[in-house]
Amino acid sequence: MSKILVGQNALVTGASRGIGRSIALALAEAGANVAVNYAGNEAAAAQVVSEIEALGVKAYAVKAHVGNSGQFDEMVKGALDAWGRLDILVNNAGITRDNLIMRMKEEEFDDVIETNLKGVFNGIKAVTRPMLKQRSGRIINISSVLGVLGNVGQANYVAAKAGVIGLTKSSARELGSRGITVNCIAPGFIETDMTDQLSDELRQGMLGNIPLARLGQPEEIAQVVVFLASNSASYMTGQTLHVDGGMYM
Amino acid sequence: MSDVLDRVKRIVVDRLGADEAEVTLEASFKDDLGADSLDVVELVMELEDEFDLEISDEDAEKITTVGEVVNYIQSHT
Repeated sequence: MSKILVGQNALVTGASRGIGRSIALALAEAGANVAVNYAGNEAAAAQVVSEIEALGVKAYAVKAHVGNSGQFDEMVKGALDAWGRLDILVNNAGITRDNLIMRMKEEEFDDVIETNLKGVFNGIKAVTRPMLKQRSGRIINISSVLGVLGNVGQANYVAAKAGVIGLTKSSARELGSRGITVNCIAPGFIETDMTDQLSDELRQGMLGNIPLARLGQPEEIAQVVVFLASNSASYMTGQTLHVDGGMYM
Repeated sequence: MSDVLDRVKRIVVDRLGADEAEVTLEASFKDDLGADSLDVVELVMELEDEFDLEISDEDAEKITTVGEVVNYIQSHT
């Protein structure tokens, strides 16, 4: 991997495991310093930080609930205090609380919207001021193929992920004239703890809908994040890239 | 007064590319000086830095002219 992000500073939410962990590592491999946000798993976040430091760039772990705007603001302020500027924000943190609509409790709906949708809004809002001043910035939001296709038992998750695509478009329009790009990645089924919970039956059914006939690896999402953060993607904004083995086309 | 006005003028000229003669106390940022909503937000940010004060979103929304900015700064510093 070429060092196309040397000297840049990134913040990745939900970076202690899964796709976020791979994103943090890939940005570091490309030369960026990375702030590793986590919600609960301090040990895992510390592990990611040491792996990043081994790559020769700076990193630290920062605990914050992205759904809380005060905590997100503090986190961004911390990165600015540490590094002076923030070039890349990856809004990756996400949770699931699956249930059929008939059985879904209001809290299950609200929790998912708060982290997966409002968390992205909080992040965009928190970095807008410093990025406006810099006249540059890259915001990359992680949606899901399910935000486009819909899914049984995931009305909350799907609504949030579809919302992220709209949020990406609105913020891209608002911030484009100041050199800030906002793009979105909609991953398909990726091998993580989140998809490990799925039953074998569901897995088999899923594979039948994936033209590439396999689950994706977190690294295959992370490489697209690096591309969107790099100069190669300088003329792209408001876009959603579908990285899903061809599930949605 | 004149000092605040001069500093505000300099920022407005610099930020909006307006002609200095147009930046009067009565001038409206949007109607007379060609600012869009984001320009006004950025202007407020820069004024906060210049005068070391914090302008709340509610107050910022009420500011539409150069004179209002000058008054606000004078009553808050």
